[in-house]
Amino acid sequence: MQNKKRNKLLIEISGLILAILWLTPFYLMVVNAFKTKKGIFSDILGLPEEGTFENFKQAFIDLDFIRSFFYSLFISVGSLALIIIFSSMAGYALARNKSKLSSGIFMVFVAAMLIPFQSVMIPLISLFGQVEMLNPAGLIFMYLGFGSSLSIFLYHGAMASIPVSLDEAATIDGANKWQIFWRIVFPMLKPISVTVMILNVIWIWNDYLLPSLVLSQETATIPLKMFFFFGQYTKQWHLALAGLTIAIVPVIIVYFFAQKHIIKGVTDGAVK
Amino acid sequence: MNNRNLSFWLFLAPALLALTLVVFFPFIYGFIYSFTDWNGLTASKFIGLANYVEVFQDAEFLDAIVFTVLFAVVSIILVNILGLSLALMVTQKIKSNNLLRTVFFMPNLIGGLILGFIWQFIFVSAFSAIGDALGIEALQGWLSTTETGFWGLVILNVWQYAGYIMIIYIAYLQSVPQELLEAAEIDGASAFQRFWKVKFPLVAPAFTISLFLTLSNAFKLYDQNLALTNGGPFGSTQMLAMEIYNTAFSDYEMAYAQSKAVIFFILVAAVALTQVYYNKKREVDL
Repeated sequence: MQNKKRNKLLIEISGLILAILWLTPFYLMVVNAFKTKKGIFSDILGLPEEGTFENFKQAFIDLDFIRSFFYSLFISVGSLALIIIFSSMAGYALARNKSKLSSGIFMVFVAAMLIPFQSVMIPLISLFGQVEMLNPAGLIFMYLGFGSSLSIFLYHGAMASIPVSLDEAATIDGANKWQIFWRIVFPMLKPISVTVMILNVIWIWNDYLLPSLVLSQETATIPLKMFFFFGQYTKQWHLALAGLTIAIVPVIIVYFFAQKHIIKGVTDGAVK
Repeated sequence: MNNRNLSFWLFLAPALLALTLVVFFPFIYGFIYSFTDWNGLTASKFIGLANYVEVFQDAEFLDAIVFTVLFAVVSIILVNILGLSLALMVTQKIKSNNLLRTVFFMPNLIGGLILGFIWQFIFVSAFSAIGDALGIEALQGWLSTTETGFWGLVILNVWQYAGYIMIIYIAYLQSVPQELLEAAEIDGASAFQRFWKVKFPLVAPAFTISLFLTLSNAFKLYDQNLALTNGGPFGSTQMLAMEIYNTAFSDYEMAYAQSKAVIFFILVAAVALTQVYYNKKREVDL
């Protein structure tokens, strides 16, 4: 027993050491964001001697942070809303129709997950450019296209636990398909909707490549602005690190409040 | 609902339309255009397999394939070993296991671009400062050579994805019935035997998922590559996704880049399908 206790303590301590190691990059980012250029040069690992907020002020202005945050939020929320509404509807329709055609369409959605983004990137930008859709609305529509496969797959799986008898009972009571779905089925799909939301928001909020091809400077999201900002300040780490810290803060706040949901969502998404 | 039911099609229409316009149509369109000399602007003419013949003589593309495959192999091994170890650690009954999970998973919530920039600072500035202080020559000049660029990318990738893969292993480890482990212990099995003979076979499905995820992540990696090394020095740390991007949007050889993209698709899909097939077979055998 004594031995077991000691082993546990050893595991616990090595875990904590590893966790500190894991967080070191964030620590270095934050402490150096408070230093002057000279301060970073003289001591990179320690806490700042006299902290300054100047870096943050300038980074905030140069990142045009309020504007880029708004566009990131607008594009993420818009895409999520469309993905959740239309994927749940499609998942429901495909799960309730047992025909060969229906399972064929389902397979098509699943097969689309095999196509990597870079394989369709060039023609996609060309085609959307021809119809003048390289803007936030076009981007949201693209996210619906790329996000729907996995989301439909998850909704389709979750439908298995919602009995058809519920639909039948509602039909007898005079409800149509639209009412059945939104009043009865959709509320029961709530846990999987949370999963779908989390999996998609992590990817969409952080995406750089697609927005860089679709959006202009005026509608740039945070990652996009970050890229320009960083290029502007390559040798000025104090400003670059302040910018990076500002960009990360919103994510950490959300993670702090929703970490249980986030970890569960990621597990469900990967395991199913 | 059945096929003749209008509501079936109405429920399906928006998602199907988006998938068709965003994925399938460009995929087919791109496949056709990979047989032309299209440059994004002027009208194109059909040139048969010329692009594909050129691709296989393109040193830059072949180098990118070699670099990507090497990166993928090393990353897969390290990410999975570390991910599984972390999972085994945080599924022990220790006080800080929730805290540890939260910490290890955290890098996954932040975009690859931002993570790449942070690590650029660490490799370039922090490494050389530590190297100076401790007199370690090997910590100088990181990211300025192909080798340090490669290991820089590997370290970043392992640091980021180990926590993600950990989450997957945790899900499977927790579904291992406690009675089995207790029974094994009573029968005199050591901790290592309990892991190797009981837990390991039961978490086999987690390997399918984890290997597939780490592999496809490694192949599609772009943001981290861009932010950390931008392919440098002299394009020697350029991975496949970046090579395709540069051919298209720096050199404006759209059709040629698309033929690379088609090969890229075949590689990714073939690997993914093989992996799923073999792992399913192995799971059944057990």
